[in-house]
Amino acid sequence: MASSLRELRQRRKSVTATKKITKAMELIAASKVIRAQQAGVRALPYTRELNRALSALATHASVDHPLTTHVERPRRAALLMFTSDRGMNGAFNTNLIKAAARMRARLEEQGIQVKRYVVGRKGIAYHKFREIPVIQAWGGFSDQPTYADAQEIADVLIEDFLTPYEEGGVDEIHAVYTRMESMLTQTPRVRRLLPLEVVEGVHTVDELGHIPQYAFEPDADTVLDAIMPQYIRSRVWFYMLQSAASILASQQRAMKSATDNANQLIESLTREANQARQAEITQEITEIVGGASALAEASAQD
Amino acid sequence: MAFDSSPLRVEVVAADGLVWEGDAESFLARTPDGDIGILSHHEPILATLVPCAVEVLRADGGVREIIAIDGGFLAVDENRVSVLTSHGRMAQEIKLAEAEREYHAAQKALDAGDVSVDTKHHYYRARAQLRAAQRAAEQH
Repeated sequence: MASSLRELRQRRKSVTATKKITKAMELIAASKVIRAQQAGVRALPYTRELNRALSALATHASVDHPLTTHVERPRRAALLMFTSDRGMNGAFNTNLIKAAARMRARLEEQGIQVKRYVVGRKGIAYHKFREIPVIQAWGGFSDQPTYADAQEIADVLIEDFLTPYEEGGVDEIHAVYTRMESMLTQTPRVRRLLPLEVVEGVHTVDELGHIPQYAFEPDADTVLDAIMPQYIRSRVWFYMLQSAASILASQQRAMKSATDNANQLIESLTREANQARQAEITQEITEIVGGASALAEASAQD
Repeated sequence: MAFDSSPLRVEVVAADGLVWEGDAESFLARTPDGDIGILSHHEPILATLVPCAVEVLRADGGVREIIAIDGGFLAVDENRVSVLTSHGRMAQEIKLAEAEREYHAAQKALDAGDVSVDTKHHYYRARAQLRAAQRAAEQH
Protein backbone atom coordinates (compact mmCIF):
# COMPACT_ATOMS: atom_id res chain seq x y z
CA MET A 1 0.00 0.00 0.00
CA ALA A 2 2.73 2.42 1.02
CA SER A 3 4.62 1.84 -2.21
CA SER A 4 1.56 2.59 -4.32
CA LEU A 5 1.07 5.87 -2.49
CA ARG A 6 4.62 6.81 -3.28
CA GLU A 7 4.17 5.74 -6.88
CA LEU A 8 1.05 7.85 -7.23
CA ARG A 9 2.81 10.89 -5.85
CA GLN A 10 5.75 10.35 -8.14
CA ARG A 11 3.50 10.13 -11.15
CA ARG A 12 1.72 13.27 -10.14
CA LYS A 13 5.03 15.05 -9.85
CA SER A 14 6.11 13.99 -13.31
CA VAL A 15 2.79 15.02 -14.85
CA THR A 16 3.11 18.41 -13.13
CA ALA A 17 6.56 18.86 -14.67
CA THR A 18 5.22 17.96 -18.13
CA LYS A 19 2.36 20.35 -17.66
CA LYS A 20 4.77 23.18 -16.99
CA ILE A 21 6.51 22.48 -20.29
CA THR A 22 3.33 22.24 -22.34
CA LYS A 23 1.97 25.37 -20.72
CA ALA A 24 5.14 27.27 -21.60
CA MET A 25 5.01 25.98 -25.17
CA GLU A 26 1.40 27.04 -25.43
CA LEU A 27 2.27 30.57 -24.38
CA ILE A 28 5.24 30.76 -26.73
CA ALA A 29 3.15 29.52 -29.64
CA ALA A 30 0.43 32.02 -28.78
CA SER A 31 2.82 34.95 -28.94
CA LYS A 32 4.53 33.65 -32.09
CA VAL A 33 1.27 33.09 -33.92
CA ILE A 34 0.43 36.75 -33.52
CA ARG A 35 3.77 37.68 -35.03
CA ALA A 36 3.23 35.22 -37.88
CA GLN A 37 -0.18 36.68 -38.57
CA GLN A 38 1.29 40.18 -38.59
CA ALA A 39 3.90 39.05 -41.10
CA GLY A 40 1.03 37.78 -43.23
CA VAL A 41 -0.72 41.13 -43.04
CA ARG A 42 2.50 42.99 -43.91
CA ALA A 43 2.85 40.90 -47.06
CA LEU A 44 -0.61 41.89 -48.28
CA PRO A 45 0.19 45.26 -49.93
CA TYR A 46 2.84 43.64 -52.10
CA THR A 47 0.52 40.86 -53.24
CA ARG A 48 -2.26 43.36 -53.87
CA GLU A 49 -0.07 45.66 -55.97
CA LEU A 50 1.39 42.74 -57.86
CA ASN A 51 -2.09 41.47 -58.69
CA ARG A 52 -3.08 44.93 -59.84
CA ALA A 53 -0.07 45.25 -62.09
CA LEU A 54 -0.54 41.79 -63.51
CA SER A 55 -4.21 42.25 -64.27
CA ALA A 56 -3.44 45.61 -65.86
CA LEU A 57 -0.90 43.86 -67.99
CA ALA A 58 -3.40 41.15 -68.86
CA THR A 59 -5.94 43.75 -69.93
CA HIS A 60 -3.58 45.76 -72.11
CA ALA A 61 -1.20 43.25 -73.55
CA SER A 62 -1.11 39.61 -74.39
CA VAL A 63 0.01 37.41 -71.54
CA ASP A 64 1.38 34.59 -73.62
CA HIS A 65 4.30 33.59 -71.53
CA PRO A 66 6.12 30.31 -70.92
CA LEU A 67 4.79 30.37 -67.36
CA THR A 68 1.17 30.51 -68.50
CA THR A 69 1.47 27.81 -71.16
CA HIS A 70 -0.88 24.92 -70.57
CA VAL A 71 0.03 21.47 -71.76
CA GLU A 72 -2.87 19.51 -73.29
CA ARG A 73 -1.93 16.27 -71.61
CA PRO A 74 0.32 16.82 -68.64
CA ARG A 75 2.65 13.88 -68.14
CA ARG A 76 4.64 14.93 -65.12
CA ALA A 77 3.71 17.14 -62.22
CA ALA A 78 5.48 18.42 -59.13
CA LEU A 79 3.96 18.48 -55.69
CA LEU A 80 5.29 21.03 -53.23
CA MET A 81 4.45 20.29 -49.60
CA PHE A 82 4.72 22.71 -46.72
CA THR A 83 5.23 20.74 -43.51
CA SER A 84 6.59 21.91 -40.17
CA ASP A 85 10.09 21.63 -38.75
CA ARG A 86 9.08 20.41 -35.34
CA GLY A 87 6.37 18.23 -33.93
CA MET A 88 4.13 19.09 -30.99
CA ASN A 89 1.53 20.54 -33.29
CA GLY A 90 -1.19 17.93 -33.23
CA ALA A 91 -2.37 16.55 -36.54
CA PHE A 92 -0.84 19.39 -38.60
CA ASN A 93 1.63 17.32 -40.59
CA THR A 94 -0.61 14.25 -40.78
CA ASN A 95 -3.41 16.29 -42.31
CA LEU A 96 -1.09 17.95 -44.76
CA ILE A 97 0.57 14.72 -45.85
CA LYS A 98 -2.86 13.11 -46.25
CA ALA A 99 -4.01 15.97 -48.48
CA ALA A 100 -0.82 15.64 -50.51
CA ALA A 101 -1.32 11.87 -50.82
CA ARG A 102 -4.87 12.39 -52.10
CA MET A 103 -3.62 14.85 -54.68
CA ARG A 104 -0.87 12.48 -55.72
CA ALA A 105 -3.36 9.61 -56.10
CA ARG A 106 -5.56 11.82 -58.26
CA LEU A 107 -2.66 12.84 -60.48
CA GLU A 108 -1.43 9.28 -60.80
CA GLU A 109 -4.93 8.14 -61.77
CA GLN A 110 -4.66 10.46 -64.75
CA GLY A 111 -1.39 8.84 -65.64
CA ILE A 112 0.71 11.75 -64.43
CA GLN A 113 4.06 11.05 -62.92
CA VAL A 114 4.62 12.92 -59.63
CA LYS A 115 7.81 14.58 -58.44
CA ARG A 116 8.01 15.74 -54.86
CA TYR A 117 9.40 18.88 -53.29
CA VAL A 118 9.25 19.16 -49.53
CA VAL A 119 9.56 22.08 -47.14
CA GLY A 120 9.96 21.36 -43.42
CA ARG A 121 12.00 18.79 -41.52
CA LYS A 122 8.99 16.69 -40.54
CA GLY A 123 8.07 16.16 -44.15
CA ILE A 124 11.67 15.37 -45.02
CA ALA A 125 11.83 12.78 -42.24
CA TYR A 126 8.52 11.27 -43.36
CA HIS A 127 9.75 10.73 -46.90
CA LYS A 128 13.16 9.55 -45.83
CA PHE A 129 11.73 6.94 -43.46
CA ARG A 130 9.51 5.54 -46.20
CA GLU A 131 12.29 5.81 -48.73
CA ILE A 132 10.16 7.94 -51.04
CA PRO A 133 12.37 9.97 -53.37
CA VAL A 134 12.23 13.75 -52.94
CA ILE A 135 13.73 15.97 -55.62
CA GLN A 136 14.65 18.80 -53.31
CA ALA A 137 13.88 19.65 -49.73
CA TRP A 138 14.24 22.73 -47.58
CA GLY A 139 14.02 22.91 -43.83
CA GLY A 140 14.70 25.05 -40.81
CA PHE A 141 12.51 28.07 -41.42
CA SER A 142 8.95 26.77 -41.47
CA ASP A 143 7.65 28.84 -38.56
CA GLN A 144 9.61 31.99 -39.45
CA PRO A 145 10.10 32.12 -43.19
CA THR A 146 11.85 34.98 -44.96
CA TYR A 147 11.21 36.23 -48.45
CA ALA A 148 14.65 35.00 -49.50
CA ASP A 149 13.55 31.43 -48.68
CA ALA A 150 10.43 31.85 -50.79
CA GLN A 151 12.53 33.24 -53.61
CA GLU A 152 14.92 30.31 -53.51
CA ILE A 153 12.11 27.74 -53.61
CA ALA A 154 10.17 29.56 -56.30
CA ASP A 155 13.24 29.86 -58.52
CA VAL A 156 13.91 26.12 -58.33
CA LEU A 157 10.29 25.40 -59.24
CA ILE A 158 10.24 27.88 -62.11
CA GLU A 159 13.37 26.32 -63.54
CA ASP A 160 11.84 22.86 -63.28
CA PHE A 161 8.68 24.08 -64.98
CA LEU A 162 10.60 25.69 -67.82
CA THR A 163 12.63 22.53 -68.43
CA PRO A 164 11.01 20.51 -71.22
CA TYR A 165 9.38 17.20 -70.28
CA GLU A 166 11.94 15.22 -72.25
CA GLU A 167 14.72 16.61 -70.06
CA GLY A 168 12.97 15.80 -66.83
CA GLY A 169 10.92 18.95 -66.39
CA VAL A 170 7.35 19.10 -65.14
CA ASP A 171 4.17 20.27 -66.87
CA GLU A 172 2.32 21.33 -63.75
CA ILE A 173 3.20 22.36 -60.22
CA HIS A 174 0.80 22.00 -57.32
CA ALA A 175 1.37 23.36 -53.86
CA VAL A 176 -0.07 21.75 -50.74
CA TYR A 177 -0.18 24.17 -47.84
CA THR A 178 -2.26 24.74 -44.76
CA ARG A 179 -4.57 27.68 -44.87
CA MET A 180 -5.00 29.63 -41.70
CA GLU A 181 -8.77 30.04 -41.56
CA SER A 182 -8.80 31.16 -37.94
CA MET A 183 -7.07 30.35 -34.69
CA LEU A 184 -9.33 27.32 -34.42
CA THR A 185 -9.36 25.96 -37.95
CA GLN A 186 -6.52 25.37 -40.33
CA THR A 187 -7.25 23.34 -43.42
CA PRO A 188 -4.83 21.82 -45.87
CA ARG A 189 -5.31 23.07 -49.39
CA VAL A 190 -4.02 22.14 -52.79
CA ARG A 191 -3.44 24.94 -55.27
CA ARG A 192 -2.00 24.90 -58.74
CA LEU A 193 1.04 27.13 -58.77
CA LEU A 194 2.01 26.67 -62.40
CA PRO A 195 1.01 27.15 -65.15
CA LEU A 196 -0.44 30.46 -64.09
CA GLU A 197 -3.97 31.42 -64.82
CA VAL A 198 -4.08 35.15 -65.44
CA VAL A 199 -7.48 36.68 -64.95
CA GLU A 200 -8.13 39.95 -66.67
CA GLY A 201 -8.85 42.63 -64.16
CA VAL A 202 -12.18 44.38 -64.11
CA HIS A 203 -10.73 47.68 -65.09
CA THR A 204 -11.86 50.97 -63.74
CA VAL A 205 -13.09 53.23 -66.48
CA ASP A 206 -12.47 56.96 -66.10
CA GLU A 207 -15.13 59.70 -66.36
CA LEU A 208 -14.97 59.85 -70.12
CA GLY A 209 -15.53 56.15 -70.39
CA HIS A 210 -12.28 54.87 -71.78
CA ILE A 211 -9.88 52.45 -70.26
CA PRO A 212 -6.55 54.13 -69.51
CA GLN A 213 -3.93 53.10 -71.99
CA TYR A 214 -0.76 51.82 -70.44
CA ALA A 215 2.72 52.54 -71.62
CA PHE A 216 5.30 49.87 -71.00
CA GLU A 217 8.91 50.51 -70.21
CA PRO A 218 11.00 49.10 -71.94
CA ASP A 219 8.16 47.03 -73.54
CA ALA A 220 5.27 44.80 -72.55
CA ASP A 221 7.14 41.53 -73.03
CA THR A 222 10.07 42.55 -70.88
CA VAL A 223 7.78 43.74 -68.13
CA LEU A 224 5.85 40.48 -68.32
CA ASP A 225 9.07 38.48 -68.21
CA ALA A 226 10.08 40.28 -65.06
CA ILE A 227 6.72 40.26 -63.34
CA MET A 228 5.84 36.58 -63.80
CA PRO A 229 8.61 35.11 -61.62
CA GLN A 230 7.85 37.78 -59.00
CA TYR A 231 4.28 36.63 -58.97
CA ILE A 232 5.26 32.99 -58.44
CA ARG A 233 7.62 34.04 -55.63
CA SER A 234 4.90 36.00 -53.96
CA ARG A 235 2.54 32.99 -54.19
CA VAL A 236 5.15 30.74 -52.57
CA TRP A 237 5.75 33.45 -49.98
CA PHE A 238 2.03 33.57 -49.25
CA TYR A 239 1.87 29.78 -48.84
CA MET A 240 4.82 29.88 -46.49
CA LEU A 241 3.33 32.62 -44.35
CA GLN A 242 0.00 30.82 -44.16
CA SER A 243 1.73 27.58 -43.23
CA ALA A 244 3.82 29.32 -40.58
CA ALA A 245 0.76 30.82 -38.91
CA SER A 246 -1.05 27.49 -39.15
CA ILE A 247 1.84 25.57 -37.61
CA LEU A 248 1.90 27.88 -34.63
CA ALA A 249 -1.87 27.93 -34.24
CA SER A 250 -2.01 24.12 -34.30
CA GLN A 251 0.85 24.01 -31.86
CA GLN A 252 -0.93 26.33 -29.51
CA ARG A 253 -4.08 24.24 -29.71
CA ALA A 254 -2.22 20.96 -29.26
CA MET A 255 -0.32 22.32 -26.29
CA LYS A 256 -3.46 23.72 -24.76
CA SER A 257 -5.18 20.34 -24.89
CA ALA A 258 -2.03 18.70 -23.54
CA THR A 259 -2.09 21.12 -20.60
CA ASP A 260 -5.78 20.46 -20.04
CA ASN A 261 -5.17 16.73 -20.09
CA ALA A 262 -2.31 17.11 -17.64
CA ASN A 263 -4.60 19.07 -15.32
CA GLN A 264 -7.20 16.31 -15.45
CA LEU A 265 -4.56 13.67 -14.85
CA ILE A 266 -3.16 15.59 -11.88
CA GLU A 267 -6.62 15.89 -10.41
CA SER A 268 -7.39 12.20 -10.67
CA LEU A 269 -3.94 11.24 -9.41
CA THR A 270 -4.39 13.53 -6.42
CA ARG A 271 -7.72 11.86 -5.69
CA GLU A 272 -6.21 8.41 -5.95
CA ALA A 273 -3.30 9.42 -3.76
CA ASN A 274 -5.64 10.85 -1.14
CA GLN A 275 -7.71 7.69 -1.24
CA ALA A 276 -4.64 5.55 -0.84
CA ARG A 277 -3.45 7.67 2.08
CA GLN A 278 -6.88 7.47 3.72
CA ALA A 279 -6.98 3.71 3.20
CA GLU A 280 -3.55 3.41 4.77
CA ILE A 281 -4.63 5.38 7.84
CA THR A 282 -7.85 3.37 8.16
CA GLN A 283 -5.91 0.19 7.96
CA GLU A 284 -3.47 1.34 10.59
CA ILE A 285 -6.32 2.30 12.95
CA THR A 286 -8.03 -1.03 12.35
CA GLU A 287 -4.79 -2.81 13.10
CA ILE A 288 -4.22 -0.83 16.31
CA VAL A 289 -7.80 -1.27 17.47
CA GLY A 290 -7.70 -4.96 16.58
CA GLY A 291 -4.40 -5.37 18.37
CA ALA A 292 -5.63 -3.48 21.47
CA SER A 293 -8.83 -5.52 21.72
CA ALA A 294 -6.84 -8.75 21.29
CA LEU A 295 -4.60 -7.66 24.18
CA ALA A 296 -7.62 -6.69 26.31
CA GLU A 297 -9.23 -10.05 25.58
CA ALA A 298 -6.05 -11.90 26.54
CA SER A 299 -5.66 -10.02 29.83
CA ALA A 300 -9.36 -10.57 30.70
CA GLN A 301 -8.87 -14.34 30.32
CA ASP A 302 -5.94 -14.26 32.76
CA MET B 1 -10.03 65.02 -67.56
CA ALA B 2 -10.49 68.25 -65.69
CA PHE B 3 -7.31 69.57 -64.18
CA ASP B 4 -6.94 69.02 -60.53
CA SER B 5 -3.88 69.62 -58.49
CA SER B 6 -4.18 66.58 -56.28
CA PRO B 7 -0.75 65.28 -55.34
CA LEU B 8 0.68 62.02 -56.50
CA ARG B 9 0.06 59.08 -54.20
CA VAL B 10 3.21 57.03 -53.75
CA GLU B 11 3.50 53.56 -52.26
CA VAL B 12 6.73 51.66 -52.01
CA VAL B 13 6.03 48.07 -51.05
CA ALA B 14 8.51 45.31 -50.38
CA ALA B 15 7.55 41.66 -50.16
CA ASP B 16 7.75 41.74 -46.38
CA GLY B 17 5.95 44.98 -45.79
CA LEU B 18 5.14 48.53 -46.77
CA VAL B 19 8.30 50.67 -46.88
CA TRP B 20 6.91 54.13 -47.48
CA GLU B 21 3.58 55.61 -48.36
CA GLY B 22 2.46 59.18 -48.78
CA ASP B 23 1.66 62.07 -51.08
CA ALA B 24 4.41 63.38 -53.28
CA GLU B 25 5.16 66.16 -55.71
CA SER B 26 7.52 64.16 -57.83
CA PHE B 27 9.01 60.74 -58.00
CA LEU B 28 12.29 59.54 -59.49
CA ALA B 29 13.52 56.00 -60.16
CA ARG B 30 15.77 54.16 -62.57
CA THR B 31 14.65 51.83 -65.34
CA PRO B 32 17.01 49.73 -67.45
CA ASP B 33 16.86 52.53 -70.06
CA GLY B 34 17.57 55.37 -67.68
CA ASP B 35 16.01 57.54 -65.02
CA ILE B 36 12.30 58.11 -65.05
CA GLY B 37 10.61 61.01 -63.33
CA ILE B 38 6.93 60.97 -62.51
CA LEU B 39 4.80 64.02 -61.78
CA SER B 40 1.17 64.23 -60.84
CA HIS B 41 -1.24 62.87 -63.50
CA HIS B 42 1.37 60.93 -65.36
CA GLU B 43 0.01 58.58 -68.00
CA PRO B 44 -0.45 54.95 -66.87
CA ILE B 45 2.82 53.13 -67.15
CA LEU B 46 4.29 49.82 -66.13
CA ALA B 47 8.06 49.75 -65.99
CA THR B 48 10.77 47.48 -64.71
CA LEU B 49 13.29 49.02 -62.34
CA VAL B 50 16.92 48.22 -61.72
CA PRO B 51 18.39 48.34 -58.19
CA CYS B 52 18.58 52.05 -57.44
CA ALA B 53 17.86 54.79 -54.96
CA VAL B 54 14.31 56.01 -55.46
CA GLU B 55 13.73 59.69 -54.72
CA VAL B 56 10.40 61.03 -53.63
CA LEU B 57 9.79 64.75 -53.12
CA ARG B 58 7.14 64.90 -50.47
CA ALA B 59 4.10 67.08 -51.01
CA ASP B 60 4.14 68.32 -47.44
CA GLY B 61 7.10 70.62 -46.98
CA GLY B 62 9.24 69.37 -49.83
CA VAL B 63 11.32 66.90 -47.87
CA ARG B 64 13.13 64.41 -50.06
CA GLU B 65 12.72 60.76 -49.11
CA ILE B 66 15.29 58.35 -50.45
CA ILE B 67 14.59 54.67 -50.58
CA ALA B 68 17.01 51.98 -51.71
CA ILE B 69 15.29 49.27 -53.71
CA ASP B 70 16.42 45.95 -55.04
CA GLY B 71 14.98 46.29 -58.54
CA GLY B 72 11.33 45.56 -59.19
CA PHE B 73 8.47 47.36 -60.90
CA LEU B 74 6.87 50.69 -61.15
CA ALA B 75 3.17 50.99 -61.85
CA VAL B 76 1.48 54.33 -62.39
CA ASP B 77 -2.26 54.42 -62.66
CA GLU B 78 -4.96 56.90 -61.62
CA ASN B 79 -2.44 59.29 -60.09
CA ARG B 80 -0.99 56.52 -57.99
CA VAL B 81 2.57 55.32 -58.15
CA SER B 82 3.34 51.91 -56.75
CA VAL B 83 6.82 50.52 -56.55
CA LEU B 84 7.12 46.79 -56.04
CA THR B 85 10.40 45.43 -54.88
CA SER B 86 11.50 42.28 -53.14
CA HIS B 87 13.64 44.29 -50.76
CA GLY B 88 13.40 47.97 -49.88
CA ARG B 89 14.89 50.18 -47.18
CA MET B 90 14.57 53.81 -46.21
CA ALA B 91 17.87 55.62 -46.64
CA GLN B 92 17.87 56.88 -43.04
CA GLU B 93 17.85 53.30 -41.83
CA ILE B 94 20.97 52.40 -43.76
CA LYS B 95 24.26 52.97 -42.00
CA LEU B 96 26.71 54.64 -44.35
CA ALA B 97 29.75 52.72 -43.10
CA GLU B 98 27.94 49.42 -43.35
CA ALA B 99 26.74 50.18 -46.85
CA GLU B 100 30.29 51.14 -47.89
CA ARG B 101 31.70 47.94 -46.50
CA GLU B 102 29.08 45.89 -48.28
CA TYR B 103 29.71 47.73 -51.52
CA HIS B 104 33.45 47.18 -51.38
CA ALA B 105 33.00 43.51 -50.54
CA ALA B 106 30.68 43.09 -53.50
CA GLN B 107 33.09 44.96 -55.76
CA LYS B 108 35.96 42.78 -54.64
CA ALA B 109 33.99 39.63 -55.40
CA LEU B 110 33.18 40.98 -58.83
CA ASP B 111 36.79 41.99 -59.49
CA ALA B 112 37.95 38.54 -58.43
CA GLY B 113 36.28 37.23 -61.55
CA ASP B 114 33.06 35.96 -60.02
CA VAL B 115 30.50 37.21 -62.51
CA SER B 116 27.57 35.01 -61.52
CA VAL B 117 24.10 36.54 -61.49
CA ASP B 118 24.03 36.47 -57.69
CA THR B 119 27.25 38.42 -57.25
CA LYS B 120 26.23 41.00 -59.80
CA HIS B 121 22.87 41.37 -58.15
CA HIS B 122 24.52 41.74 -54.79
CA TYR B 123 26.82 44.38 -56.23
CA TYR B 124 23.96 46.42 -57.69
CA ARG B 125 22.00 46.18 -54.50
CA ALA B 126 24.95 47.30 -52.41
CA ARG B 127 25.56 50.17 -54.80
CA ALA B 128 21.94 51.27 -54.58
CA GLN B 129 22.03 51.15 -50.81
CA LEU B 130 25.27 53.08 -50.67
CA ARG B 131 23.94 55.78 -53.00
CA ALA B 132 20.78 56.13 -50.97
CA ALA B 133 22.75 56.39 -47.76
CA GLN B 134 25.13 58.97 -49.25
CA ARG B 135 22.30 61.11 -50.53
CA ALA B 136 20.53 60.96 -47.20
CA ALA B 137 23.77 61.96 -45.47
CA GLU B 138 24.23 64.97 -47.78
CA GLN B 139 20.79 66.21 -46.87
CA HIS B 140 21.24 66.24 -43.15
